[in-house]
Amino acid sequence: MKKTVFLGALAVTGLAAGAAAAGTLDDVKARGKLNCGVTTGLAGFAAPDANGVWEGFDVGVCRAVAAAIFGDPTAVEFIPTTGKTRFTALASGEVDMLARNTTWTFTRDVDLKFEFVGINYYDGQGFMVPKSLGVSSAKELDGATVCIQTGTTTELNLADFFRSNNMSYEPVPIETNAEAQQQFLAGACDVYTTDASGLAATRATFENPGDYVILPEIISKEPLGPLVRHGDNAWGDLVRWTLNALIAAEELGITSANIDELRKGTNNPEINRILGTEGNLGEMLGLSADWAYNAIKAGGNYGELFEKNIGENTPIGLQRGLNAQWKDGGLIYAPPFR
Amino acid sequence: MTALTDPPKESFRLSMLIYDTRYRSMTIQVVALMGFMLLFAWIISNTLQNLSALGKPVDFGFLFEPAGYDINQRLIEYNSQDTHLRAAFVGLLNTLLVAALGCALATILGVIIGVLRLSHNWIVARLMTVYIEAFRNVPVLLWIVLVMAIMIETMPAPREFRGENPTASMLFGDSVAITNRGVYIPEPLFSRSLGDISVFGAFDISLDLIAFLVALFGGIYASKLVKRRADRIQAATGERPTTWHIRLGLVVIPPVAVLIALGFYLGYPELKGFNFKGGIHMRNSLIALWLALSLYTAAFIAEAVRAGILAISKGQTEAAYALGLSRSQTMNLVILPQAARVIIPPLISQYLNLTKNSSLAIAVGYMDITGTLGGITMNQTGRELESILLLMAIYLSISLSISAVMNWYNKRVKLVER
Repeated sequence: MKKTVFLGALAVTGLAAGAAAAGTLDDVKARGKLNCGVTTGLAGFAAPDANGVWEGFDVGVCRAVAAAIFGDPTAVEFIPTTGKTRFTALASGEVDMLARNTTWTFTRDVDLKFEFVGINYYDGQGFMVPKSLGVSSAKELDGATVCIQTGTTTELNLADFFRSNNMSYEPVPIETNAEAQQQFLAGACDVYTTDASGLAATRATFENPGDYVILPEIISKEPLGPLVRHGDNAWGDLVRWTLNALIAAEELGITSANIDELRKGTNNPEINRILGTEGNLGEMLGLSADWAYNAIKAGGNYGELFEKNIGENTPIGLQRGLNAQWKDGGLIYAPPFR
Repeated sequence: MTALTDPPKESFRLSMLIYDTRYRSMTIQVVALMGFMLLFAWIISNTLQNLSALGKPVDFGFLFEPAGYDINQRLIEYNSQDTHLRAAFVGLLNTLLVAALGCALATILGVIIGVLRLSHNWIVARLMTVYIEAFRNVPVLLWIVLVMAIMIETMPAPREFRGENPTASMLFGDSVAITNRGVYIPEPLFSRSLGDISVFGAFDISLDLIAFLVALFGGIYASKLVKRRADRIQAATGERPTTWHIRLGLVVIPPVAVLIALGFYLGYPELKGFNFKGGIHMRNSLIALWLALSLYTAAFIAEAVRAGILAISKGQTEAAYALGLSRSQTMNLVILPQAARVIIPPLISQYLNLTKNSSLAIAVGYMDITGTLGGITMNQTGRELESILLLMAIYLSISLSISAVMNWYNKRVKLVER
């Protein structure tokens, strides 16, 4: 009897291991929803609203992928991860993809075995200080106490920045953005450092945002983008081209408002190919022909997502800057749909 | 005529392994052990296989790469260009520091509270009961976070010490500053320092500290010798020579002499730039972790102490009273030494608990071994399995060392039975 149970357990484990090796897309379809790793809460990028519905710029990417697969942008389970837990969650298969202000670096791509599918926000690390401190440049921060989210690239940049400028500092390692905010507001640290977009988002939630300034120095390149595990290229392609569809849609003027109109047929073959009225791009990805239509319809194109969540008319108030389309002088560029 | 014959010699047959009760239990155990080892081997090979399928074969080489991150509290020299191994060592020392501080404070508090809980004063006894129940029944993580939140939210920031009319001021004649970044206390400095010696080229130990400790322990040992001599004289003549002044002198004078010879003075913390400079900086995270762990564990130790005291029969107390000993003498000379034998075994497990609970440090950003090796290093290098295995091995060896020491002590104080 015991033996049977044991062998049964063995068989189940073996099957589970086998299933994990199969395509992520099949797993997601079988599960009926996408598991998407997001932050534990960063206004504008990923945070639950008053009704507990996740929304934000990164959340928009998750919803677009879910819409591309299921035609339903709500078929997503959002799994909050900290800077420390995110990679383990992705590597272990707990989440299918991460859309979580994660910087694309060599070691993460090569050594940690992840695949960054693109860049949805070009960022850089900045410093925020209270105005009353009277500091106008990061070079004046010698001896300061710095709050820093642990397990991030910013932690390493910070060490490099202070070392190369021959300055000393006192790091206060912190697990989440909310804790950092608490310590920073109480004055337990002089400086809070993270990606400049994150600083702007955090400052927007303060009671008196005007009392805090973001210093002009940007000390690093932080290209943020969604990522998946190494080893399942089909799944990587799906996420990559969903992101590209959102970007191309903005470039081609496809918005959530006019998409139904355009779907009836246009004389621009690329729009037709994206929307599935021409060619069989969806089929190649293992999806239906209207995958990109659903993805764009879910939250709008890249520009719409930006304006709605973090743009200049939101409390976060980020300018497009580097994140404008290439034809407007930015770096956002989608390869052709052909 | 009778002939003595040997009982027929039974030959061993394989089936006896199953049917003979003499061998059966052994057979079952061997089979079970083999099954267990097989399962274990399967788990290991499965893990290794899956890891190499992921392209992440087990490799400890990452320990020798530069860590790249800074650590705020370091007991030895460390900068961001040192290796992950050294970062782990810095974390290990921080773990040991908070464990040692915590065990010491928890023992002191625990013994006092445990004794007071048995007090004849109704209010004191009730208060101690409330304390014990409150601390024992709330998870220690919440206490840690609470102490940290109190430190951050209620203490003044360093900038409030500045200006013409500062809203906060330093205590004890400008020697101690309590801020929401931690407590700054004066540090001992030596104008004629002996310098440091390097141990294995890995870290430095202050010779001043060694000299001081040698003088202190030498004095304590000499004082013990004096006590033994007094005991002998008392046993021989019935009269005990007055020795307290000699013993006090032996304990106090040598360390003080060493301090004077080394040119001891105190370095006071001073507000400079963004923070206080100078002095010893006890960070918020250390204080929160230390206090919360001590207060929590003290509640358990208090219960062990109470149990130990109650285990000593009432007759001992009555006999001590009959001999004319006062209440405190009875407690210190008769009850506690006997109770210690009952208290020590549970005390060992409380020390182990405290040490293991110190891994909750990450909740307040205290950079212990879990925070460095099991936190930043693991996250930056992506070597989860290796880091966690190392971490487990380290905690295991710390715990086993503590048990070994405490078991040795337990053996020493155990009742010698005839």
